[in-house]
Amino acid sequence: MDLKELYQDIILEHGKSPKNFGKCEKYTHEAKGHNPLCGDQVHVYLKLNNEKNVDNVTFEGTGCAISIASTSIMTELVKGKSLETAKKIVIDFLNMIKNTQEIKSNDLDEDQKIKIMSLSGVKQYPMRVKCATLAWHTLTSAINGKKEEVNTEVID
Amino acid sequence: MDINLIKSQFPIFTKKIKGKPLVYLDSSNSSQKPTSVLNSLDYFYRNEFSNIGRSIHSLAVNATNKYEETRTSIKNFINANSKDEIVFTKNATESINLVASTFGQENIKKGDEILITELEHHSNYVPWHYLRETKGAIIKFAPINDDGDIIISKLKELITSKTKIIAVTHLSNVTGTIVPIKEIVEIARKKNIPVLVDGCQSAPHIKIDVKDLDCDFYAISAHKVYGPTGVGILYGKKKWLEKLPPYIGGGGMINEVNKDKITYASVPEKYEAGTMPTAEVIAFNESIKFMESIGIQNIIKHEKELTNYALEKLKKINSVKIIGNPKNKAGVISFVIKGIHPHDISTIVDEEGVAIRAGHHCCQILHNRLNLSATARASIGVYNTKEDIDILCKAIENCRKVFELK
Repeated sequence: MDLKELYQDIILEHGKSPKNFGKCEKYTHEAKGHNPLCGDQVHVYLKLNNEKNVDNVTFEGTGCAISIASTSIMTELVKGKSLETAKKIVIDFLNMIKNTQEIKSNDLDEDQKIKIMSLSGVKQYPMRVKCATLAWHTLTSAINGKKEEVNTEVID
Repeated sequence: MDINLIKSQFPIFTKKIKGKPLVYLDSSNSSQKPTSVLNSLDYFYRNEFSNIGRSIHSLAVNATNKYEETRTSIKNFINANSKDEIVFTKNATESINLVASTFGQENIKKGDEILITELEHHSNYVPWHYLRETKGAIIKFAPINDDGDIIISKLKELITSKTKIIAVTHLSNVTGTIVPIKEIVEIARKKNIPVLVDGCQSAPHIKIDVKDLDCDFYAISAHKVYGPTGVGILYGKKKWLEKLPPYIGGGGMINEVNKDKITYASVPEKYEAGTMPTAEVIAFNESIKFMESIGIQNIIKHEKELTNYALEKLKKINSVKIIGNPKNKAGVISFVIKGIHPHDISTIVDEEGVAIRAGHHCCQILHNRLNLSATARASIGVYNTKEDIDILCKAIENCRKVFELK
């Protein structure tokens, strides 16, 4: 496999200059995630409004290009969506990474589908899958109001 | 010494990784195995297999003799006084756990201090942490400087009347620092404090002389010394092994068993309960013979040359930073590249057949001290060549290309 399929331009760009990086104001939910195998850490902040829409979602953390890019793309995709839609996108993504399914969601536009599919190369690198999924599990944890840190060794 | 001849003794180097010849630079993690070790395992299981110890039949006698021959080889390899000072364990981690547990039972009480260093692998920290949890012991960390050398004057200052044991690595698996064990033992001796040395990294790369070091305990893993997995060594001065309580209970470690009383075997059997990894212990003898056939001085010379060559070449690559610059460095080279995470480096160089490690290498304390979350690590074994280093450097250049670094 060509390395460029893993390290696509979209991933390199998001890895270098992640979107929605930092702690957002007046967040309503938060969760931390950790991959003890490689030390990747992520802290997701989620702001839901009264209508249960994702007003804002941001993150802080350290990790490899795959993990940072995946987190950055995730925040872009769920921002502005309803909570239910956000949950569906997370499930779609995890299915795509783990069960090699296509993205079925009608909630993403073409540009967003390209972004999410840019992470599909990770499937070919089993040791790197957890780098890509950490943030998505952490977002789920934030939504569910879980207190304990997400640990990729426990959930994946 | 002819490296190609040495390399040809390792069948794994005929294999291709992603269509490329294997460049194995992860020997600090575990070493590859020469044919003699593999043949010994196979031969023993096919032709000579028996458990050791009590049985009287011919196979058992032969197996027991061969098992004990390895003990004698190890005794000579590390220059111990007696083969009774050599205990077989599962690995160096178990060796350290054995000492922490048995020494801790008898000698550690609330408020007592255990002195380790910021260089330690988790295997020489976590076992002592158990004593912190169960006994209320205090763990102190002798600091290192930015070069990765232990600051001996600070270590000295951390010793108090409550210091009960000092546990220190002989060779760092991150910075490659060769620690002046003799100096530390001399300091400890004046205060009558025993010293445990984690020799997991040093055993394949430098001369070990426990008599000269005068340490009380020394831990080794066979799998890092070109030997099989599942075997470790604990060297302990006889006075300690005789004095400390047993560790794991079961068959083989007893003298007499009654309903109301059990007496234990003498050392080293006291610490070898249950069926041991017999074939692996016997095969380990072949790794010692392999090392001795090359000669430790030749190994040191070859690896030193290769380390210097690698350091020079790596330093020339833009944005590569070598971690640590210790006074005395072995072939363990950790590095970071600005703008590329170590895991991405590892994935990219793997495409060229290059095996390195990325992460905290079981040394989170050290990485925190150096303000790093992860590093990439190339570590050298006796079979590595300058060509391996050239391929590594080319693969690193490729990382920069993939990441479009200037």
